[in-house]
Amino acid sequence: MNIIVPVKLVPDLVEELTIDASGTALDTAWLRMIINEFDDHAIEQAILIKERTGAHVTVLSTNVEGVDDLLFTAAAKGADRLIKLNGDFEGGVNNHALARAITDIVKGLQPDLVLTGVQAHNDLDGQIGPLLAGYLEMPYVGCVSGFTMNNGQVIARKEYPGGLLAEMAVRLPAVLGIQAAEQPPRYVAISKIRQIMKSTIIEEQAIATLDSEGGPTIGRMFKPEVSEYAIMIEGDINEICTKLIEVFKEAGVL
Amino acid sequence: MSQDIYIVIEHLRGQVAEISYVMLAAGHELAKGTGGKVVAVLLGHNLSGLSSNLAASHVLYLDHPALVDFTSDAYHNALTILINENNPRIVMFGHTSIGMDVASGLSARMGLPLVSQCREVHVDGGTLKFVSQACGGKIMAEGELPAPMSLVTMVPGGLKPELGQSEQPPEVIRMPVVELEGIRITLKDYIEPEIGDVDIAKESVLVSIGRGIQNKDNIELAQDLATALGGVVSSSRPVVDQGWLPSTRLVGKSGKSVKPKIYLALGISGAPEHTEAITGSNMIVAINTDPVAPIFSLAKYGAVVDMFDLLPMLTEQVRKVKES
Repeated sequence: MNIIVPVKLVPDLVEELTIDASGTALDTAWLRMIINEFDDHAIEQAILIKERTGAHVTVLSTNVEGVDDLLFTAAAKGADRLIKLNGDFEGGVNNHALARAITDIVKGLQPDLVLTGVQAHNDLDGQIGPLLAGYLEMPYVGCVSGFTMNNGQVIARKEYPGGLLAEMAVRLPAVLGIQAAEQPPRYVAISKIRQIMKSTIIEEQAIATLDSEGGPTIGRMFKPEVSEYAIMIEGDINEICTKLIEVFKEAGVL
Repeated sequence: MSQDIYIVIEHLRGQVAEISYVMLAAGHELAKGTGGKVVAVLLGHNLSGLSSNLAASHVLYLDHPALVDFTSDAYHNALTILINENNPRIVMFGHTSIGMDVASGLSARMGLPLVSQCREVHVDGGTLKFVSQACGGKIMAEGELPAPMSLVTMVPGGLKPELGQSEQPPEVIRMPVVELEGIRITLKDYIEPEIGDVDIAKESVLVSIGRGIQNKDNIELAQDLATALGGVVSSSRPVVDQGWLPSTRLVGKSGKSVKPKIYLALGISGAPEHTEAITGSNMIVAINTDPVAPIFSLAKYGAVVDMFDLLPMLTEQVRKVKES
């Protein structure tokens, strides 16, 4: 079983986001990039399958700031092979370009299964998983929160609204968009990551062209104009508590 | 090339999803500019009654046994044929478990541009425009819907579903049964949601926790307040994904929609996947350390304060009021 996990770094939403001078993109100068949280779940799910069945796990990502940490962390969790893609990614790249760029590389790795995060918060032209599945001509199921494998197929549990799950049988090779791994992404100690850095190599592959055809052109990016805003309760903890008691009474629950 | 707006109706087990009506409302916005028709596209098998309140000029009903349950393969094959034959201006999907599986795949297979996470669409001087939400609702991106044809996924929140409903049932045009081959995905079974100790959809007081709760042990603080108020603890996705609360307590796109008298959001930033399920609440109160958290634009009252400082004292005061 050969599992490929393409992952991407996205802006950390805990930080304040600012729009750049062009007015059409985020200002990347001060952006802190972190792994897309759903991709983190995809890595976890791949490692779980490896632990159960002895699968070989390759994690690949684009060469932007923070990628080495991301890849070494994946290795410390149990990934077998790390690949960094070199290209002109710093100015931002849409999902169509990214999916096209990694299609040949993923194909060359002859996967049985490709696991991606189901989505990322900055997807404006679709999701990497189903785009990649389209280019690879593989079947795709997204919003997956766990699966089992038998006889050349996976039985994936797809989430629908209201807690309903659909069990779907998918012929391999396939791409799955992971909503949540069967257990929370594991924590690895920094010391273990440092150790891995000494013994693990990140392979590099060049991406010649980035073709963004298929995504929209952004004419303007802005922060949502807030038409309505909460009445803010100010003061020290005591005052806030007193006011909240009044609010509970207003709501008719106290 | 037609100027029609095709809305791919989302339905599951005999129920039309609310996003379908939001999309129909969006379709009417766009049709004002294109002069085309708003066409509902219904895929399924032996469906009846689903289309009676769709605000569409007509329904194109693709009926085939392979479409009895949703799979992206069957939808791709059926829609590819339909799109190639009719060349609509826009084909719209929900930004949902179903729509996300289909739209990107079609974009890749057919070489059609795709704009996702659209919250609003409108016509501006003859051009069709979109406004998409990104970064958990903190950023909006605006642009033109690529011509001559584009695929769109819509999120709720921007347009009222009532605008996509009609009392006049639209004409249903049954499309010739298409050959659907090479289906690699099959539905085995549905797994019903767990029946939990409580049904959060029916509770009148929800003390809801998000990522800000930090760890499992802290949940007790929220639980204490919920008990004092006679309510229960619910949560956003990260708390359930961490295994700190069962999925029966999940409020949001993949969990439950709630409508309590009061929804107290503790350390919940207010990502769209969560907020779409709480708009039915009578009152939303948000406590967060981030003064620009999107939840504050939805809440009636808010406070920028550390919940760990607040909760013990607040619980104590609620108890005192109850006792007096």
